[in-house]
Amino acid sequence: MSAPGASAPALPELGSVPWRERTDARWLARYGRWWRVSTALYTAPLAVGSVAMVAFEPVTIPVALATAAHAWMIPELYAFRGASVVRPKGLRNEAAEPVAQGLLGDLLDHDARALQRETGLALEPGELGTWLVGESGALLIAPGRRRVHCFCVRVPDPELPPSDRIAHLLLALRTDEEGFATVANHAFCGAPWRVRRRLPKPMRPALDAARQRAR
Amino acid sequence: MARLIRMDGTGHSTLAEWTTHDDPAFEAAVQEFRGQLDLGYIGTVPEGPGKASQVRELPREADLVILRRPIAGG
Repeated sequence: MSAPGASAPALPELGSVPWRERTDARWLARYGRWWRVSTALYTAPLAVGSVAMVAFEPVTIPVALATAAHAWMIPELYAFRGASVVRPKGLRNEAAEPVAQGLLGDLLDHDARALQRETGLALEPGELGTWLVGESGALLIAPGRRRVHCFCVRVPDPELPPSDRIAHLLLALRTDEEGFATVANHAFCGAPWRVRRRLPKPMRPALDAARQRAR
Repeated sequence: MARLIRMDGTGHSTLAEWTTHDDPAFEAAVQEFRGQLDLGYIGTVPEGPGKASQVRELPREADLVILRRPIAGG
């Protein structure tokens, strides 16, 4: 029954987002630049305004400090949203988790398996960069290690144990990396240090390992 | 022995097993596989580190075929 033509390289889920441009390395680089520009556009006026207020009217220091705080906080809130894509969510289904953990472990090599058990994130090298796959999202450390793309993507079955959710995403990623990135919703792009600060502490070693792996 | 498994709320369930030369077992696996595709599952064959392929027909020579649910942007 097997036939060479029976396998398909593209994710079938792409059919649910036909309007989206395929997310390749060029798209990611362009989107990263757009994030940088938009961040500058909404923080620079606040930062410049706070300095100008103090320069022209020193009595406005409290307002200037509040304005400067806004300039700092807004990117931090975006980074929080980005890091949140890999936070554990939903039912834990602990009875089924050991079985699911066994299957996920079979899909990973020794180092990735140990890292996943320690941090909850599966490290997966790809063509677009180095991925960290969580239960309901993934981080992509782009080549050069200066940017992290945060993707919100999940399997809409709340009964699945956490490791099965990761295995779903991992298999989809391995089937069609660009398709996976296209189906996922892009939540944030920014410096790894911004995302790292907002990750739960147990997950931070995974980001460090992925940055070491990325080139 | 090759296995057809489905990721589900139990962790995973083995739906069928077959060997290359066992035609009845393979045919039963094919029927099971098609039934799961009709339910919306996607067949995936892990192909070593970093690679997997989606299949629409059950490959007789595969060691493991995993059925998964479609993913979606969160």
